[in-house]
Amino acid sequence: MLAKTLPEIGGMGHPIKRKEDLRFIQGKGNYIDDVQLPGMIYGHMVRSPYAHARITAIRTEEAKKLPGVLAVITGEDLAKANLAWMPTLFHDKQMVLATGKVLFQSQEVAFVVAEDRYTAADAADLVEIDYEELPVLIDPHKSQDSDAPILREDREEKSNLIFHWEVGDRAATDQAMKSAPVTAKVNAFFPRCHPAPLETCGCVIDFNSATGKLTAWITSQAPHAHRTVFALVAGLPEQNIRVISPDIGGGFGNKVPVYPGYVCAAVAALTVGRPVKWIETRSENLQSTGFARDYHMEAELAADKEGRLKALRVKTLADHGAFNAAAQPTKFPAGLFSICTGSYDFSSAFCEVDGVYTNKAPGGIAYRCSFRVTEAAYLIERAMDVLAQELKLDPVELRRKNFIPPEKFPYSSPLGWSYDSGNYQGALDLALERIGYNDLRKEQAEKRERGELMGIGISSFTEIVGAGPSHTFDILGLKMFDSAELRVHPTGKAIMRMGTKSQGQGHETTYAQIVAQELGIPAADVAIEEGDTDTAPYGLGTYASRSTPTSGAAAALAARKVREKARKIAAHLLEVSEEDLEWEPGKFSVKGAPGKSKTIQEIAFAAYTNFPQGMEPGLEAVHYYDPPNLTFPFGTYIAVVDIDKGTGEVKVRRFVAVDDCGNIINPMIVEGQVHGGLTEGLAIAFMQEISYDESGNIQGGTFMDYLVPTAVETPHWETGHTCTPSPHHPFGAKGVGESPNVGSPAAFVNAVVDALSHLGVKHIDMPLSPWKIWQILKDKGVTQ
Amino acid sequence: MTTKRAVDITVKVNGKEHFAAVEPRLLLVHFIREHLALTGTHIGCDTTNCGACTVLLDGRAVKSCTLFTVQADGRELRTIEGVGNSSALHPLQEGFKEKHGLQCGFCTPGMIMSACALLEKKPHPTEEDIRWGISGNLCRCTGYQNIVKAVQYAAEKMSASASQA
Amino acid sequence: MIPKAFDYCRPKTLPEAISLLQQHGDAAKILSGGESLIPMMKMRLAQPEYLIDINQISGLEYIKEEDGYLKIGALTREADLEASDLIRSKYPLILDTAFSIADPQVRNLATVGGNLAHGDPANDHPATMLALNAEVVATGPNGERSIPIKEFFVSLFTTALQPNEILTEIRIPAPPAKSGGAYFKLERKVGDFATVGVAAQVAVDAKGVCQQAGIGLTNAGGTPIKAEKAEEFLRGKPLDDGNISQAASLAADDAHPSSDLRGPAEYKISMVRELTKRALTKAVNRASQER
Repeated sequence: MLAKTLPEIGGMGHPIKRKEDLRFIQGKGNYIDDVQLPGMIYGHMVRSPYAHARITAIRTEEAKKLPGVLAVITGEDLAKANLAWMPTLFHDKQMVLATGKVLFQSQEVAFVVAEDRYTAADAADLVEIDYEELPVLIDPHKSQDSDAPILREDREEKSNLIFHWEVGDRAATDQAMKSAPVTAKVNAFFPRCHPAPLETCGCVIDFNSATGKLTAWITSQAPHAHRTVFALVAGLPEQNIRVISPDIGGGFGNKVPVYPGYVCAAVAALTVGRPVKWIETRSENLQSTGFARDYHMEAELAADKEGRLKALRVKTLADHGAFNAAAQPTKFPAGLFSICTGSYDFSSAFCEVDGVYTNKAPGGIAYRCSFRVTEAAYLIERAMDVLAQELKLDPVELRRKNFIPPEKFPYSSPLGWSYDSGNYQGALDLALERIGYNDLRKEQAEKRERGELMGIGISSFTEIVGAGPSHTFDILGLKMFDSAELRVHPTGKAIMRMGTKSQGQGHETTYAQIVAQELGIPAADVAIEEGDTDTAPYGLGTYASRSTPTSGAAAALAARKVREKARKIAAHLLEVSEEDLEWEPGKFSVKGAPGKSKTIQEIAFAAYTNFPQGMEPGLEAVHYYDPPNLTFPFGTYIAVVDIDKGTGEVKVRRFVAVDDCGNIINPMIVEGQVHGGLTEGLAIAFMQEISYDESGNIQGGTFMDYLVPTAVETPHWETGHTCTPSPHHPFGAKGVGESPNVGSPAAFVNAVVDALSHLGVKHIDMPLSPWKIWQILKDKGVTQ
Repeated sequence: MTTKRAVDITVKVNGKEHFAAVEPRLLLVHFIREHLALTGTHIGCDTTNCGACTVLLDGRAVKSCTLFTVQADGRELRTIEGVGNSSALHPLQEGFKEKHGLQCGFCTPGMIMSACALLEKKPHPTEEDIRWGISGNLCRCTGYQNIVKAVQYAAEKMSASASQA
Repeated sequence: MIPKAFDYCRPKTLPEAISLLQQHGDAAKILSGGESLIPMMKMRLAQPEYLIDINQISGLEYIKEEDGYLKIGALTREADLEASDLIRSKYPLILDTAFSIADPQVRNLATVGGNLAHGDPANDHPATMLALNAEVVATGPNGERSIPIKEFFVSLFTTALQPNEILTEIRIPAPPAKSGGAYFKLERKVGDFATVGVAAQVAVDAKGVCQQAGIGLTNAGGTPIKAEKAEEFLRGKPLDDGNISQAASLAADDAHPSSDLRGPAEYKISMVRELTKRALTKAVNRASQER
């Protein structure tokens, strides 16, 4: 464990109140739509009503005639500047504005620019577009059929297959499957869902023709990467591009990609010569920006009769929509999906994934998720329950038998990962104790006698976060390091600038706590800045629970550099050698003479006023951290549900979440992250899905039908922690933001299936809508 | 031009009278944010679901995205900017900070306005009252649990100071 | 989402409003709470040229008992129903219904009149008013007329109101002693439209025999539905589980929902049966607790 600083210092482990709150609780945040520039004008996107159609004509004259309209930009216009298409973050390209044809409903077709947003909306109605409908491909399972329409005519390969990827030992796995006495199989679909941060995406883009500088305020989780993309796509010199991420109203992965609206707004700013604001509506956000999941998965487990696992075989069909716009920086087309062996010790495993195009919105972003770990965790935790059912074993027992034991860490998984540390049994035991597992099982048995439906669901997930080591990660070639630049002022106060960007995670507080821990400067005295590419050091941004593992590490190491310099200054001031000094948070003392000491504040002042001869003045340091490995947080979640037989409604009675994310910076913030992620997991498990009808019309494209739970549906969450530090992280932290979203869907589904398992139910696909449950109850003769 | 006849209005916002000539279709939320530059009131959806735009109209919580500005003529509005400030935070603002009732902060002003209206009606709400009272406000970050605590904190603080008075 | 431009009129009196309606005909829409209309205008599904805001007309917001009726002014807000002592003490069905509508902010603006006049089978008050055998008062150029609620809902989004009429009052016959009602709404989350909803109102005699029964269905067809076969079946019978169950099946027979994201039609029909059971049971409980 780390040495704990005094509360007034507020280093790691202190639940200090958040510094950023003061502006937010007074409505003084500065979100994208609050950015107001002189002469600013507004963009409005015209979108396709069809899922697949040839564009035969676009008439913009009437729109342009409307007073107040300044420009109407089409794909043809962009093509002239070679901007009709842009690269995605994963080896594909996507249309900015459609040329030739549209590939999904709500696709961007024209961009109207007007003096105000009301006029822009009116003008958008006046843009006339003729479409010729084409056959639509919605079911990914039909994408390889001989009569399937080929969606991407721009590609050389005349196929809807984007990639086939496999990892692991196919032969050994097949052999183990064949010879195993027991096998279990589950086909599980993880539906298309959407991060839906409460603030939608948007931008304000200003081009100063005198200086040639483009300033782009963007709701960006990765402002530096966006600047580089702008430089590469638009061919502007990178020093002339400044990307500013203002306060962000939630991201959850949705704000990682570069969206067509940003490019259109930039083009409009350049052509009209005035700053352009473009803010999506909620419906546009849900219908066209980065969706998540949409994985059709099959898992097979092989085990011996006692339930000891032998092998895992996974086959998955990934629906990427019209473009492979997966915002994922790994070197693997299915991201980190090969973490699907989870918390269990397999001798062999094999995983293959086919990615295909369909007439749906592009995306495949990591929604509160480390690039497909959510799908993987769901699949293995679901499959474990199916196997337990097959073996008539308690799901707890099956897990216990197969956990990777603590002594096996660092553990090499058969699919190629090196897990840093773990104690899965410990988290499971604590969760079982908290929930009162044995009593619940008794209650369940009694209720079953009476015909009542109650279920207990367990998920002992493992995570893979902290993207990422440069050997397995990059974005357009950029390695996945992150950075911190720390400057201590003469009065001992400090500012630290980071390459990440908070969207609610509390960076202004937690990074300051790291500095407080390392230097003893009170967290209150450390200002944190992020999001302005002109001032912050280069970094890859905040998503996939990577801020603490990467920038957090950079912050600690930058602070340690400062401390080393401070030691030299202290030695000079105290007229002793460096070796004679000992450090405690906030001061250097002479060994054996505790009265003789210099505080960090005194040292800081000396760094500018009385530094040793030959030393550079000042007290600052920069650190770029390239993580040696990923971190592997884990936990056990247990859900208890009751099912209303009459209506099929499920009530989550209790939920215990035990997380292990290593050493914790701020327990209050960690708990908040867990609450939020669990609520998103609840929504995914029970109510959220973006589906498409046969014609490609989006279902669930507004908040009327894309259901976000309210305080009433959300249960009371019970949290707990075990602590297994990461051995390779500077302060043993692992990251936590996405764990609750990764681990919880399986707990919910396992609980509902458990409630129905005595009826022979083995699996139900999410979302677990009441009507689906009712249908099962009816089929089983339990209800009318 | 499709703009229709502008309407003169008088509206009191956070205690201050404002006069304006507005297009009838101007949504109240745009008037507040763009004409009055009170940007604490947010827009999170387009279907009257999220509640980020909640303000008090004559003391009642309403969604300002589903109201035309002209409807506020002659009436009184209160927005987050009228609730408290750094030197004198409202107990709810304090509660949200103390109990970690916010993360990204985008839903927060609307939540606080709804909670204001709730505590006005029910000074001693149960947890269930609070959950129903904020059921017109969506939060994607907190899972509501700490928001409930924040409102409880404020209720206790307000009733303590009321009983002292 | 931005509504199309319109002209705004704010009459101070009912005759003024009616004459504006006469003047502008189909080009005009009445704005009361606006909680259904404004969202439709933002999506440009409604594009009125004139909006007649009746909120400044005084005397349309009241809840009172008079002449053997509970009279509710059309502009009465849902939140006022929730807060009304009269409603809280004597009209549990109306209280249940008001509370189940949308969310607190919406209920602060949404009006009972608007909820009915919108003619949306997914709205909640229609079923309740059908169960209560209410009358709707329409005021037009020739004065008032009363429309039995059964004749009010013509087709989807269409009511018996003439283009020059405004819904001004809802009248509910005062319930006899030992009456009770309940509204059950199945929804995917708070604030959602009903998957289906059932309003039930019963009056029993001292022996628990049903004297009156009213059952209305929300979102179970193209218009709000009055489950008359079930009502008729119950009259004169003891309200025991068996009879309630049979009435529920009869109510389900009257449901003609369509399949959508809230579930297949088959599910919704079954839910009408289930909720009818629950609503009747609760209504009976409440009735027997009445003095």
